[in-house]
Amino acid sequence: MASHSESIIREPLITGKDITYAQITNDILRPVEKMPGRAWWIGFTVASIGACLWVFAVSWTFWFGIGEWGLNKTVGWAWDITGFVWWVGIGHAGTLISAILLLFRQNWRNSINRSAEAMTIFAVICAATYILCHMGRPWMFVYSLPLPNQYGSLWVNFNSPLIWDVFAISTYFSVSLVFWYTGLLPDLAAIRDRAVGVRRRIYSVLSFGWTGSVKTWQRFEAVCLILAGISTPLVLSVHTIVSMDFATSLEPGWHTTIFPPYFVAGAIFSGFAMVQTLLLVTRKVLGLENYITMFHIEAMNKIILLTGSIVGVAYLTEFFIAYYSGSEYEQYTFLNRFIGPYWWAGCMMYGINILMTQLMWFKSIRTNIAIAWVLSIVVNIGMWFERFVIIVTSLHRDYLPSSWAMFYPTWVDMSIFIGSIGVFFTLFLLFIRVLPSIAIAEVKLILKSSSEQAKKKVIEHGHVDPEQLEFYKESLVVFDSVDMADYEKR
Amino acid sequence: MSSTKYILGLFADPDEMMDGIDKLQKNSIPIYDVYTPMPIHGIEAKLGMKDSRLGWAAFMFGCLGGTTIFSMAYYMLVHDWPMNIGGKPAFAIPDFVPFTFEWTVLFTAFGMTITFFYATHLFPGRAPRVMDFRATDDRFVIAIDAKTNTSHEDITNLLKEAGAVEVKHNDRKYVSYE
Repeated sequence: MASHSESIIREPLITGKDITYAQITNDILRPVEKMPGRAWWIGFTVASIGACLWVFAVSWTFWFGIGEWGLNKTVGWAWDITGFVWWVGIGHAGTLISAILLLFRQNWRNSINRSAEAMTIFAVICAATYILCHMGRPWMFVYSLPLPNQYGSLWVNFNSPLIWDVFAISTYFSVSLVFWYTGLLPDLAAIRDRAVGVRRRIYSVLSFGWTGSVKTWQRFEAVCLILAGISTPLVLSVHTIVSMDFATSLEPGWHTTIFPPYFVAGAIFSGFAMVQTLLLVTRKVLGLENYITMFHIEAMNKIILLTGSIVGVAYLTEFFIAYYSGSEYEQYTFLNRFIGPYWWAGCMMYGINILMTQLMWFKSIRTNIAIAWVLSIVVNIGMWFERFVIIVTSLHRDYLPSSWAMFYPTWVDMSIFIGSIGVFFTLFLLFIRVLPSIAIAEVKLILKSSSEQAKKKVIEHGHVDPEQLEFYKESLVVFDSVDMADYEKR
Repeated sequence: MSSTKYILGLFADPDEMMDGIDKLQKNSIPIYDVYTPMPIHGIEAKLGMKDSRLGWAAFMFGCLGGTTIFSMAYYMLVHDWPMNIGGKPAFAIPDFVPFTFEWTVLFTAFGMTITFFYATHLFPGRAPRVMDFRATDDRFVIAIDAKTNTSHEDITNLLKEAGAVEVKHNDRKYVSYE
């Protein structure tokens, strides 16, 4: 299998000259084995200040209670659930990359799956903190579990989507963690076998005694395939259930059957944007341009375009159904998104998620790193506003005009949200410091078939259709890690 | 009698290593194990390894998980304390689907992975039994038991012929113990 060479018209997944297996290990482990550079320290300092802000604001919430948030009788759910859905959604891209793309045999996932999965885990941690925080008294969490208690036992209501959510999020987090860590074992063993002293001891414990024998690899692949197979419906179920938190209520703007696919598409949309935000910086700072190539960036931008367009269609469907339902409450809610006091939030949501994403139709934009990076952040802002609009704009004016109210966030709301971003980046920066940010074994797997040098060998060997060769060369022009001069000579 | 315990053929290329396996097998030299930095498909067939049965374990654990939570919910909502929620039936099977699914997945993932770790003897802190440190980096290592295969010279030559970049005659089975 290793010697199988693929069609020349496919873009290379690993660029660079004379890449050997040893060099892949060296390149990927450099940030783990060397002291981090200044960029890492600056990022880490800023992120950990954010994390401290989070600790402070959450402690404040626990001390003084949920009353410190801007919630009121009408808007009883605001930035907390917005932040929760936003973070869970971001997590979805990691599982999509590691599970769904594995099932579809998309080899380009090999160099981005590790960090995307890590991102999933950290994003779900951030989401889970919102669940705990919004309880005000976090120890009450125990009552969301089906455990015997002194009240009868009074069991949890298994008919409630909120209880389904407890099951979905906890399963999603723990299964993602298992999937991620199992995949890490061979790479942890690679660090262990190169390290000395205390580091060797630590990575020895972490690598579970991995050796890479034939039987181990055979079982490893079986486990990864099955985990991918079960994670695929799992990830779809998670955001479906999150959407049911809203869709099973009778609130205008929430009570719609389109919510599950709409939420899942939105989740993947925002998740890929976050992967893009992280990886465009990571590849530059860690010097991984040969492994996370322009092909990967463009492929992710295409997925952002696709899922963003699905979200766009879902928006239009929602509007049509609101009109078609004939329900005046439903109709008012959707009009209110544009003509009500939160019109600016609605504009952010629709403007960004529908209009800005359409820029990705242009190849020059998909392959422009600076623009792609800015757009990826813009997408995440748009997706945050989507949740804000769905949640707050629906709640603030529903059936009883006498109860209409506005929501104003307090500094605690804002600090918890900004702080959760700090927590996320702190965890991510620690991750790229102590663990390999690219799956070493999986990248080695495609070196002989899909790398630039393998394709160059095929070209040198001759027997390549000149038309296909021309196509291949043209596709390489946008790669920032390919030296086109090598191809001019021939 | 030499003190060599294991002969290791170190290859830099997976295809050459496959060639080495073929050559050894043609000469009826049993292979102890093969260590590679990445999964190489086809070795397990060459070495006559059976398919992994982890899929069955996964299926069983999945059934167990689904049954567990479904029975729990039935006991709690229908048997122990049925509640009148708008006159709707207590045994509302459609509502049982989401968490039954979640626990099916949960038990499958944990059950299968723990079975994998148990069967392969992987656990935190296990002393790594490494025959060559570069087997997790850039060397594809074929290990041959030197005690049962006495013609060490022939084995060395066969491995070199197949393209081994280095042939090691190790006096210790594992190099990782200090």
